[in-house]
Amino acid sequence: MILLWILLILFFGGLLAWLSEWFDSRLPRWIALFSVAATLIPLVLLYQGYDADSESKWIVEFSRSWIPSLGIKFTLAVDGLSLLLVGLTSFLGLISIGAAWEEMRERVGFFYFNLLWTLAGVVGVFTAIDLFLFFFFWEVMLIPMYFIIAIWGHENKRYAATKFFLFTQFTGMLLLVSLLCLVYFFKIQYGYLSFAYEDLLRTEVDGALEIGLMLGFFIAFATKLPSVPFHSWLPDAHSQAPTAGSVLLAGVLLKTGAYGLIRFTLPFFPEASAQFTPVALALAVISILYCAKVALAQSDIKRLIAYTSVSHMGFVLLGIYAWNLIGLQGAVMTMLAHGLSAAALFSLAGGLQGRLHTRDMRLMGGFWALAPRMAVVALFFSVAALGMPGLGNFVGEFLSLLGVFSVSIWAAALAALGMIVASVYSLWVMQAVFQGAQNSEADHSSLPDLDNRELFIYALMMIGLVVMGLFPNAFLDLSSGVLERLSSASDAFAAVGESR
Amino acid sequence: MEKEFATMPITPAVDLDGLLLLLPHELMGLAIIVGMLAIAIGRNHFVSTVIATSGMLAAGIAGAMQFYELTLGAAPSMVTALFVLDALSALFIALLAFSAMGVAIMSFAYFHKLADARDEFQLLLSLATLGAITLVSSAHFITVVIGLEMLSMALYGMIAYPIHSGAWAAKSLESAIKYLVLSAVASATMLFGMALIYAATGSLGFLDISVSTGSLFYLGLLMLFVGAAFKLSLVPFHLWTPDVYQGGPLPAVAFLATLGKVAVAVFAIRLFSQPQIGQLPVVTSVIALVAVASILVGNLLALRQTNLKRLLAYSSIAHMGYLLVAVLSISAATAISEVEDSAFALESALFYLLVYSLLSLGAFGCALLVSSSDDEASGVGDYRGLFWRSPWLASVLLVMVLGLAGIPLTAGFIAKFQVFFAAVGDSQWGLLAAMVLGSAIGLFYYLRIVYQMLMPVLDTDESFALREIGIESLGVLAVLAVLTVVVLWVGVYPEPLFALIAFAASNF
Repeated sequence: MILLWILLILFFGGLLAWLSEWFDSRLPRWIALFSVAATLIPLVLLYQGYDADSESKWIVEFSRSWIPSLGIKFTLAVDGLSLLLVGLTSFLGLISIGAAWEEMRERVGFFYFNLLWTLAGVVGVFTAIDLFLFFFFWEVMLIPMYFIIAIWGHENKRYAATKFFLFTQFTGMLLLVSLLCLVYFFKIQYGYLSFAYEDLLRTEVDGALEIGLMLGFFIAFATKLPSVPFHSWLPDAHSQAPTAGSVLLAGVLLKTGAYGLIRFTLPFFPEASAQFTPVALALAVISILYCAKVALAQSDIKRLIAYTSVSHMGFVLLGIYAWNLIGLQGAVMTMLAHGLSAAALFSLAGGLQGRLHTRDMRLMGGFWALAPRMAVVALFFSVAALGMPGLGNFVGEFLSLLGVFSVSIWAAALAALGMIVASVYSLWVMQAVFQGAQNSEADHSSLPDLDNRELFIYALMMIGLVVMGLFPNAFLDLSSGVLERLSSASDAFAAVGESR
Repeated sequence: MEKEFATMPITPAVDLDGLLLLLPHELMGLAIIVGMLAIAIGRNHFVSTVIATSGMLAAGIAGAMQFYELTLGAAPSMVTALFVLDALSALFIALLAFSAMGVAIMSFAYFHKLADARDEFQLLLSLATLGAITLVSSAHFITVVIGLEMLSMALYGMIAYPIHSGAWAAKSLESAIKYLVLSAVASATMLFGMALIYAATGSLGFLDISVSTGSLFYLGLLMLFVGAAFKLSLVPFHLWTPDVYQGGPLPAVAFLATLGKVAVAVFAIRLFSQPQIGQLPVVTSVIALVAVASILVGNLLALRQTNLKRLLAYSSIAHMGYLLVAVLSISAATAISEVEDSAFALESALFYLLVYSLLSLGAFGCALLVSSSDDEASGVGDYRGLFWRSPWLASVLLVMVLGLAGIPLTAGFIAKFQVFFAAVGDSQWGLLAAMVLGSAIGLFYYLRIVYQMLMPVLDTDESFALREIGIESLGVLAVLAVLTVVVLWVGVYPEPLFALIAFAASNF
């Protein structure tokens, strides 16, 4: 029931925010802020209810009959993994409302409606345990995001919004077909229809068919992650989305792809995934190196950060396909830390764009003198992104590499090169934007520094990253139970892994 | 060739029970006669509309009552050899009559400002509705011909309805003549097909058609299919569709796109779900080809359209292709005697048909609300900024368009989900691939409409979205409200509708 509350708060909060615009255009943002803040209460309750030694798989489970004739139930459940991700969603929801606080001037009510509904969709994705319900949320969360990009986006928003929607919808259809095949095989083997996670885990699919179905799941999730070669929607969507949209996109929407891989793709298809591991690791390494290289060639600051996002998500993919406890822990840690650091960097880029009306780094330079607070904040998050020990990103990427090292030394070695390139592009951005001489063609004499509201938001994220870096066990313990269960459940996977 | 003249079942004379079973048809007929007399006494658009809609309402209620009785355990029955009144026909009689009522209410608003005679449109509408409900309850080729012709003849008049004068009049005349000529050819093809089937089997009743493997029989089936494919605008018999949609008055097109297609599709499903016919490999391979072609051609050609009516025309071609995928799954499952899968495929086909007609009716209704007979909002660009001018209307159109695109929260998703499921169950991989591809292409043009609605309004823009909605449109608003609630309700909680459809599919 407590899970349903989170969804309902966001759902009705969104409607209320929309309607409240009639009375006062400042009301929607307050309603949105309070709704998202209110979701933290059930989350804290759930966190307290977490018991690492508990026998049951889920902390809480909520199940109601929905479409019995197709064996579909309305089932929500959380374990440590989903609790972490839902927590991240709520936290970044607050951040994105903060980022939009002053930026959003037009059609405010509808904006916060979409923002809250996107959050509701993402929370649904992280908590749905009936696969039909999961797919339902998976698709539903796209529509408000499409609106956010298409209505409040920048100069090329139509192209970006359509591309975003098409990529995710098309691959979503592949996911649907694979899912239906899986359900159909379950029905053949057990004699009844079911979309329940636990049931589908028991389904056995053999040979080429398993690989086909696995690919359907993999492509859908890898597009969302995104991984090369399915990543090309991301730079466009990011550069065109408003700041709050970018924060949500980078912070939480990308994480749904990784979550899907961990929760569904590998447990459902252990043997096919084991066979597929070399390809997945190769894709991860290519994502890390190629996108880091492409990032270096960008002059649009948001596109640059978008490519670095793809590069960092490569570590997540790497950690997942290592499929051992350390690798998975690394993937989850990277998801959380990257959620914060990418959200902060996109906020900064959005802040720059809001002040200068350009994202072109060639027109920037020497801003340290003009906006020292912003420069320091940017330096902190750049250093976090490049993997400085003591901050969350380092823990995540280090664990991912450690995990994958026992599976493939080559993949680990090549991926580690990515951390070097990351230092290059992170420092290069700092150099191009905040140091050097001011651009003589552009007049930036009136670049306002961060105000207290913005500073507060960034401080929150900084604290988050430092806590993750210094006390990673608080997060690792929460997810270790479920990750251990997942990685040890797939005996076949382990067997194949060892033989390789 | 030796012919086997099957003995016709002994047909009881139409007694009181039979008359009672045909109540929907009789009520519709009564409404037509009363409407005609009322026009003869004095022209009043409002009165004609009330007569037509109450006839449709009564017929719909009668159909729903019959369906209810059947669920209580009444046996499905034949009235003479011509009509069959089972749960399938009762359900679709109710659906068709209620949708026709929606169209009638819409056309009242649409023709409100027309200076010319307006009453006859309601009369033609009632006549076409009678044809449609005759078609879905037919058990005999004679009834099919009568129903189909009643439907088509009335539609010729509706499409050619004189809403414009002078040079503009030529437009709707052109599309009416195009429809007349091609539709007549299709009807003739179907008639010839029926004659061939009769020659091969000796029976005109198609519910218990005997197995025959002669080439005459195949040829007859093929011609029957060609005729039905024309009416359903399946590729390669689709060429008339965009022109007729574009030229005809909106209510006529709304009728053609929903009731006109549903009635023919129900007849086709009834015929092709006969195991003797559905198992023929010749039949299934032809249908599979047509389905793939319709999905791809319909979606691809819709991409370039800037006229909303043409766009919906091509999208309807694609949707009929999706429907065929479900129909094929029926026969494929029957062929390997998977009774459960076959029933599921049949349910998914009927469900898809029902949802498709609700969604297109809703989409046309929105277009109608911002149009009138002298001034139609036909370009996609006419909907620019609708979301900011008229948020409620835009939300309704949004729901309908997203529904047609098969996005969750709408009934369209559930319908597409079911067709996918049916096709997976029968391992129709090629068809599935076509559907996935087609749906992805489809998103492009559906999103174009959505995007237009979301664009900011220009102050200089004299677009249709700015029109004041007058008091004559209150009925349309009510129809749209009902449709939206149904579409969202079914999208979130489809179980009750599943139950209705499952009963209809098991009871014929």
